Amino acid sequence: MADVAWNKKDLLGLEYLTKEEIELILTTAESFKEVTTREIKKVPALRGKTVVNLFYEPSTRTRVSFELAAKRLSADVINIASETSSVKKGETLIDTGRNIEALKADIIVVRHNFSGAPMMLAKHVGISVVNAGDGWHEHPTQALLDMFTLKEKLGRLEGVTVSIVGDIAHSRVARSNIWGLTKLGARVTVCAPKMLIPPGIEQMGAAVTSDIDEALKGADAVNVLRMQFERDEGSAFPQQLDYFKKFGITEERLAKAKKDLIVMHPGPINRGIEISSEVADCPQSVILEQVTNGIAVRMAVLFLVSQAREGKHETVD
Amino acid sequence: MKLLIKNAHVIDPANNIADFRDILVENSRISRVAKSISNGADKVIDATGKIVIPALVDMHVHLREPGREDKETIASGTRAALKGGIGTVLAMPNTVPAIDSVENVRLLKSIIKETAETHVAIAAAITVGRLGKELTAIPQFRKEGVVAITDDGSSVESAELLYKAMRKARESRLLVICHCEDKALAAGGVMNLGPESTRLGLRGISGESEYKRVQRDVDLAAKAKCPVHVAHVSCAESVEIIAKAKKKGVKVTCETAPHYFVLTDEALGEYDTSKKMNPPLRGRKDVEAIKDGLARGTIDAIASDHAPHTISEKDIEFDRAEFGVIGLETELAVSITMLVHGGVLDWTGLVQKLAVNPAKILGLDRGTLSAGKEADLVIIDPNKEWVVRTEDLVSKSKNSAFLNAALKGSVDYTVFGGKVVYKANDK
Repeated sequence: MADVAWNKKDLLGLEYLTKEEIELILTTAESFKEVTTREIKKVPALRGKTVVNLFYEPSTRTRVSFELAAKRLSADVINIASETSSVKKGETLIDTGRNIEALKADIIVVRHNFSGAPMMLAKHVGISVVNAGDGWHEHPTQALLDMFTLKEKLGRLEGVTVSIVGDIAHSRVARSNIWGLTKLGARVTVCAPKMLIPPGIEQMGAAVTSDIDEALKGADAVNVLRMQFERDEGSAFPQQLDYFKKFGITEERLAKAKKDLIVMHPGPINRGIEISSEVADCPQSVILEQVTNGIAVRMAVLFLVSQAREGKHETVD
Repeated sequence: MKLLIKNAHVIDPANNIADFRDILVENSRISRVAKSISNGADKVIDATGKIVIPALVDMHVHLREPGREDKETIASGTRAALKGGIGTVLAMPNTVPAIDSVENVRLLKSIIKETAETHVAIAAAITVGRLGKELTAIPQFRKEGVVAITDDGSSVESAELLYKAMRKARESRLLVICHCEDKALAAGGVMNLGPESTRLGLRGISGESEYKRVQRDVDLAAKAKCPVHVAHVSCAESVEIIAKAKKKGVKVTCETAPHYFVLTDEALGEYDTSKKMNPPLRGRKDVEAIKDGLARGTIDAIASDHAPHTISEKDIEFDRAEFGVIGLETELAVSITMLVHGGVLDWTGLVQKLAVNPAKILGLDRGTLSAGKEADLVIIDPNKEWVVRTEDLVSKSKNSAFLNAALKGSVDYTVFGGKVVYKANDK
């Protein structure tokens, strides 16, 4: 592998990374995964650093995962949720970010309901910004942990076929996975009812189908997205039961797919809506391993962006 | 006071002139346009190598006053207009309060009288508060000097109400300007629906939300036999619908804005709110269709849709940022760069879109250099290259979609009412 340096202060999306940069994150995550299996799960890599989790959208698992990742790197962690902060009092995102910077924090991990908000924040602060999910745009660390898990299971990503099933139109997980997987040489198919496939998604490098059996046929892995029927576009959505009948991942459908098809889900899962209980708990399901790997991947991301700001470029050869 | 402009390449389509002429201005009016004038003028401008055209008539301008003087005022907006070679603007009525009553028209007229630096024509609202519920006092507007009615910023949802408005407008000789947008189809979108909205994860506005409403309003115009003008046409299908209606003899005209023949939705890059406007920047085929519509004459006019907004309304999350861009100071130069230097229109064609046709559509006696007319004209350096810089903008707001754009063609002088009211820095 060529000598690769990480010199980005932010992680905003996988669209903006090269293949080599993504591989560097995954390799770095491998060494951090080893740390998380130790008796004492802590390294001093970010000792004296402060990570602020700035969450404008309710989230438990992503926030907890980032918090654990930061703590295992020995960073201090502050959590700010929009319901309890001055955001409620009308402070702008840029002002909030500048205040966090003035508090001498080192990294802002931001989750926002508006697409593009982390980019705007990153432009206005000198400290690192890590995107923990923005609107329908990107959720880079989720895609990275999906890719890390897949690579762990399959030994490679090049030439692998992954199908993503669910509400593609409103999914940042789908977008980040498409960018990341295709950059690393995997083939991606997205599968959803027509109304949930956004126009021009092919231009991002994904094949498109509305036939679930076709999506599963020949796939090495299926990434099942959470269906959110509570969205405001509710009336335009297929009914829950109808959706499960047409697109739900069930044992019958798996029986027609590759024997060792890997089943993934970014969580939280809706049993009986997009995935059956049997499949969620089956041996091919790696859903909980994804959760475990999420910590190692986020440790790698926090570590790399922090190093970049200090000018210590991580390299691999 | 006599002003003599020598050796100018004069473009005056109303008089079929596209040739070298001298122009003599006496007091506030054009006194002679001839091959060679040697007259003891007080001031002579040598316009060798320059183009002289009638001052522009911009039929779509949001001056924001009364109510939002933090964004723009009639004084600052019209000063920006003069810098852009514009001598007449049509002020849109979506102010606070809206220009939806005789009383508010009079209020606006008093501000214009005191502070405007260009001619300001007035458009009043179609419905009270622009809410689409109740018609304004349409029959009373003409004698107050109003030339058009529009709920610009919103479409009148009820076809029945708009039809009634058209009938009344026809009787009162008022132009109806339609903002064509089906809000239900636009579905809360913030940019064009397509591969770019998919990539950015932003809610898209379909072309359909525009052209279906264009079709409705054109049909209503035909039925009401009322002249209707479609504002800010942005998509290919709208151009086609208007072309067909014109062919059938419907009294419909339309305008586009410079950003729609220059930029596609790819210009949004990574959430650049200075490219956020309504209708949104569309795809490549639409940009080509707009240029084609200009060349073929389907699109009658170019207007800026100058829509000033403050930094705090623009420098925020894309979803929350206001729609709209300023355009008075770049409209002419962008049009020269893209349309004349770009081979879409010749100078005569350009002057028709920017001055002659909008004046005609609004029924204003402007847009010509005929002897006896008020001397509103622009001296242009057709090849001067310049870059749009925030610090050079005269408008109170700086939300231009063309910041840092390199343009070719620049205003050297603007003459308004016979006086040099704007002069480029190096003149």
